[in-house]
Amino acid sequence: MARRDYMHRLPDSQGGLSRPVSLSRRWHIDVPLLVLLMVLASVGLGVLYSAAAGEVHYVKRQAVFMALAFVGMFVIAQIPLDVYRRWSPWAYLGGCGLLVAVLFFGAGAKGAQRWLELGGFRFQPSEIMKLAVPMSVAAFLHKRSLPPTFATVVGALAIVAVPAALIVRQPDLGTSILIAASGLFALYLAGLSWRMIGGAAVAMLVAAWPIWQWGLRDYQRQRILTLFNPDADRLGAGWNIFQSKAAIGSGGLLGKGYMQGTQSQLDFLPESHTDFIIAVLSEEWGMRGALLLLLLYVLIIARGIYISFMAQQVFGRLLAGSITLTFFVYVFVNIGMVTGLLPVVGVPLPMVSYGGTSLITLMAGFGILMAIGTERRRVTF
Amino acid sequence: MGAVKKQQNQPGIARWRFALVAALLCLLALALIFHLARLQVLPEAERGYRFLQDQGRARTIRTEEIPAYRGAILDRNGELLAVSTPVHSLWANPQLLREASAKQLRKLAAALDMNPANLAKRLEKYRNKEFMYLRRHLSPEQAGRVLDLQLTGVYSRKEYRRFYPAGEVVAQLVGFTDIDDRGQEGLELAYEDWLSGQPGAQQVVKDLKGRTVQDLATKREARPGRDLRLSIDMRLQYLAYRELKKAVAENDAASGFMVILDTRSGDVLAMANQPSFNPNNRSGVKAAATRNRALIDQFEPGSTVKPLTALAALETGRYQPHTPVDTSPGYIRVPGKTLVDPVNYGRLDLTGVITKSSQVGITKIALDLEPNALRELFYRLGLGEAVGTGFPGEAAGILPSRSRWHPIERANFAFGYGLTVNGLQLAQAYSVLANAGLKRPVSLVLSGEKLAVEPERVVDGELAKQVTAMLETVIGAHGTGKRAAVEGYRVAGKTGTVHKVGTDGYADNRYRSVFAGFIPADNPRLAAVVVIDDPRHAKYYGGEVAAPVFGSVMAGAMRLLRVPPAELAPAAQQLARSLPAGQAPVANERGSKS
Repeated sequence: MARRDYMHRLPDSQGGLSRPVSLSRRWHIDVPLLVLLMVLASVGLGVLYSAAAGEVHYVKRQAVFMALAFVGMFVIAQIPLDVYRRWSPWAYLGGCGLLVAVLFFGAGAKGAQRWLELGGFRFQPSEIMKLAVPMSVAAFLHKRSLPPTFATVVGALAIVAVPAALIVRQPDLGTSILIAASGLFALYLAGLSWRMIGGAAVAMLVAAWPIWQWGLRDYQRQRILTLFNPDADRLGAGWNIFQSKAAIGSGGLLGKGYMQGTQSQLDFLPESHTDFIIAVLSEEWGMRGALLLLLLYVLIIARGIYISFMAQQVFGRLLAGSITLTFFVYVFVNIGMVTGLLPVVGVPLPMVSYGGTSLITLMAGFGILMAIGTERRRVTF
Repeated sequence: MGAVKKQQNQPGIARWRFALVAALLCLLALALIFHLARLQVLPEAERGYRFLQDQGRARTIRTEEIPAYRGAILDRNGELLAVSTPVHSLWANPQLLREASAKQLRKLAAALDMNPANLAKRLEKYRNKEFMYLRRHLSPEQAGRVLDLQLTGVYSRKEYRRFYPAGEVVAQLVGFTDIDDRGQEGLELAYEDWLSGQPGAQQVVKDLKGRTVQDLATKREARPGRDLRLSIDMRLQYLAYRELKKAVAENDAASGFMVILDTRSGDVLAMANQPSFNPNNRSGVKAAATRNRALIDQFEPGSTVKPLTALAALETGRYQPHTPVDTSPGYIRVPGKTLVDPVNYGRLDLTGVITKSSQVGITKIALDLEPNALRELFYRLGLGEAVGTGFPGEAAGILPSRSRWHPIERANFAFGYGLTVNGLQLAQAYSVLANAGLKRPVSLVLSGEKLAVEPERVVDGELAKQVTAMLETVIGAHGTGKRAAVEGYRVAGKTGTVHKVGTDGYADNRYRSVFAGFIPADNPRLAAVVVIDDPRHAKYYGGEVAAPVFGSVMAGAMRLLRVPPAELAPAAQQLARSLPAGQAPVANERGSKS
């Protein structure tokens, strides 16, 4: 539908004025994306219901968050893109300030200090940065000539490095990597030269040994080692992964049936309603279920890349690309982690894992995507 | 077209960068799909779905034991002596239970009726284990109260608990099982293989916390143990126990026992012991109370073997019941020792020696016999050899064998010193006399096949009857055992008062009172032995302490077994004719033999 809209506009951008504005455009809604997200949300709630067997309050809470997140997405989609561009430095600075505050006044759970408490309400400032960083990098690059010069690249890297470093200190390596990646994606799409990409890759290789030796904590090293030899410590560090692999493998092609997974329903699968929820889906629906879910994600990402590709402004294009690629990283890292392809980092499966904060951040990102996808009209004025 | 051109011309953002990203994403997605396929569907993948499915099953499917019912122990009439009832034992996984809050643990302790500090101590002690009992053998209601707390790491399992309805009355004979229902003492131990069943196996699905979620299949049914039917007649057992307990108490004795044998079948009808214990609550029970003294304890039989000495004399052919034996002047010197009678009995006959239990008379006879004749006869009667009940710890007794006998040894043998027996052996020897010389196997267990075993003739029937006649005189007005008399019945028996062995040889003032005999003497049904150990009250003679127990128990036993009294024999025969056919043979049989 949007495609057809788009084709209508191709001959003459002035034509938009004379035609009646479609509903989706008036409300800044990208209908294919909305449909895909709603399907994914329903699937997510369905899997969660099984994963949280017997504890319906999880599903109820998640449904409430889901509704809030969709409302938030609609609201965010209404805000003109220029507003985001102009306000992104302030969001960035505010976010950095909160991250510093976390280091001093943050509340902790399981040895990490990630939360700020304000009048009984808890939130993670790093969630703000998941959007603020790509926005700031995109805004920074928007004003400069592209492909970026070396000075521009250094500036952009600095924007990325400050929050990434603050989040690593919490410590939350997973989020830190995601945020850094979101900034780097924008830089890449802006036309980062291959020489610089190659240089960075070499630098990474050189830095790998010192990082392993001094940069990582013991548990992080353990997780990476577990990846290469999952059976070495099946009762210790490898336990979670082995349990999830057993659950996934038990599912086979067709699965054991909804609510019938023994590994997931009998508590053998750890974190079954949060990070490891895909193992529940794989055990109960088998490979066909996992493939269908992957297909949904692929369609959403394809739509995001399409929006990015079609965006008119550099800012919108970089931001949409970055949000979409970050979303992909979410999916890939989560599934890779649960299936034992990647080390264990606490990344939830988007829209399916239980958890309100990440859900709202994700949907806010999709709201911005919709704002970008429906922004043409303003430009053509 | 202008818009598109404008887009394409936009500096810095090349189309191919998108294409590259899209290609990369597709590649990564394919990698994920391939990895998933390796885990889920590719059959030849190393550690693929086959391996993972096995692992998954290994986590959830467990085989559990189904407890097997232990066979009951019954008396000959089917009365329950030991029976297993289902109970619940609560156990915990300390690793999981330690995560419970202090409040939950207090509630748990209250429901378990335990001190919270003790519970905490136990949890600490077993903190590295995954199993510990909380409490065992609770009723379903008690266990339910604890399980209702829904604590993680608290489980129940079904077990059987042994219950002994007859309690202390037959406790030493039946024995008992431990908390795992395995035989520890007595017949529970002796017949462990017979009584215990084969536990079954059940496949179940369990969750991570060990709760059984689903029963899959029964791999093996539990095979219950078999019941054990004893030869004991609880009616006689109760009677014997009651009278024995009374006698031990009245005479301030250390211990005592009584054995009753069915002379016709060799069945042990009663085996009572004092002191006793409650097998249903064994806390604080002393080992002395658990001894089945009738089989385990060996003692010197004393004067109760004098009739056997008389029998040996009869067997020479040189003695008749009325052969005179001069016991004047009331004592006799044997090298090393002088043996004395309480008074000078003067000139007695063989029967009179038994009636008066004359030491002098029996010594004279013994010294007149072949040196080995006594020992050989004792052995034929079953002394010096275990009866063979299979009871754990059954004593065989000591029957010394010598190539050269010293006169004092021959004299001692004749009146029951220098050898030891157990209660059942003595009862068996008397039942041979009662059976006119026929020896039958003795058994604690009822079994139909045993009756097929031909009794063995060990003594000439006529001589046995002559000894029986002598034994009847013991119960007569001038005998030592007149307190064993049972009104209406002829009783044959012999008393014994044995010096106990102390730290310095035989103790002068500590005794064992013994009575052995059978009833009715004219048509014997029951043979019995009563032993009262160390009576500390005024009386200590066998005729005064042990004989009355025999008398009162047998009076009751005759009534219970409906043995017609001798004096009423003609009337009973008349009655028998009027009774239905099934009951007639009792009177007829008796009539034909008398």
